Amino acid sequence: MEAIGAVIIDMKGSTTPGPADEGVDRHVGEERGTPVGRRVVLGMLGLGAVGVATGATIQNGLDNLLASVSSKDPTGVTGLLPGGGGFQFYNAASFIPHRTAETYRLTIDGLVDRPATYTLAELRAMPRTRLMRDVQCVTGWRVPRTAWTGVALSHLLELAGVKQEGKALHLTCYDGVYTESLTLEQARRPDILVAYDMNDQPVTEAHGGPVRLYVAPMYFYKSAKWLAGITVTDSVQRGYWEEYGYDIDAWVGRSNGREDAPTA
Amino acid sequence: MPRPLDRGAGVPLATDVRRFTDAERWVHRTTSTLMMTCIITALFLYVPALAEMVGRRRLLVVLHEWCGILLPAPLAVGLFFRAVRADLSRLNRFTSADRRWLRGLLRRGACQTLRAGKFNAGQKLYAAFTGGAILVMLGTGIVLWFPDIAPLTARTGSTFVHDWLALLIGVLVLGHIWMALKDPEARHGMRTGFVSRAWARREHPQWDPQTEPDARSASSRRVN
Repeated sequence: MEAIGAVIIDMKGSTTPGPADEGVDRHVGEERGTPVGRRVVLGMLGLGAVGVATGATIQNGLDNLLASVSSKDPTGVTGLLPGGGGFQFYNAASFIPHRTAETYRLTIDGLVDRPATYTLAELRAMPRTRLMRDVQCVTGWRVPRTAWTGVALSHLLELAGVKQEGKALHLTCYDGVYTESLTLEQARRPDILVAYDMNDQPVTEAHGGPVRLYVAPMYFYKSAKWLAGITVTDSVQRGYWEEYGYDIDAWVGRSNGREDAPTA
Repeated sequence: MPRPLDRGAGVPLATDVRRFTDAERWVHRTTSTLMMTCIITALFLYVPALAEMVGRRRLLVVLHEWCGILLPAPLAVGLFFRAVRADLSRLNRFTSADRRWLRGLLRRGACQTLRAGKFNAGQKLYAAFTGGAILVMLGTGIVLWFPDIAPLTARTGSTFVHDWLALLIGVLVLGHIWMALKDPEARHGMRTGFVSRAWARREHPQWDPQTEPDARSASSRRVN
């Protein structure tokens, strides 16, 4: 640790050579010396400011570099560096809920004519949609070209028959904590899926399996993991992060004060 | 020469000298507690495998934010104490002996304790780095905490600085703990405020404990 600082200081030291101190007395503490500590602190503040100003550009370059390095890195350590790429794991509850392919159930209720409960097998038997899109998180990370396969949410809504007064969807998860919302108009888009495959493999538990929502045009917090229930409501009820100030209409690049390239 | 690993926190020996006052030790203790909480919550927010273990993201975020914003507080309060101010000014000032200490370290790659005062140059640099790092992390952290106060490029830049500086802080804090683990007497000094005279002479030969604010109370006062 000291070696790093030593380089900095030795450079400073060589430009301002200290006085000869051969016969240092025992009160060397009295020697005032130069305020290097203050300079280090001020220097770091300056570097920090430069970093904030130029960080967007630098991180962009680093992302590309790290992406190429981590693709050849068998240890996966580079994936942990800032911008090392890949999905970050976010969980609102204290545990990962477990549902197997056999025990999984999705219920659709609320303002519908035909409430229903589906097993995973029943969902897989429905018409399937496969989308290949970038995943964009509101915290900044983006995973390029991820394939999602599932049932179009609009198809499930059609089967259930939304009543006249139904205006929005309240989505619940079997972690018991997370919730999300969509307006009925949004939910009827063809690029919103109840997804069971990710990159042509069953969605893993960490990624929200066996079944999660996939909302292609919006920031990834809209894509609720461990989807348990779809309730049609007469107005939008804010979801988990939306209670903490995230935008309800979370279009990528047009919300949350961000300007990312759209994902759909 | 080396002392027993742990000699407890009892009454200081007659041969002990005072190194830190209560105020200084509390500044160190609270700062390190806040810093470790920041580091550990950061790990559980950032490393996917750890995040999968605990979840509770919202709770971790709140803990991280509040411990982070409180990090400068212990030292700020400590400024009301003379001993803290005195040591701060010692840490700030680099003497010619410090430059020599660092040059020796660079040349020989080993710590040369000769000529070190109450603090050696490495300790001074570490203190300055920590001070600067806390301020930079605080500034960039606030930008990330309140997304509305800064434009997107500043937020991306702040994320960049916050993430990479966090990595550097983690490495240096590990180094700091490593150095402490290697020196039981230094730990004893931070725990009780007292170190043996022999250790002081060996590690900090240019430090005159008689100049400490309450040097005289070493043998008369009970600690902890």
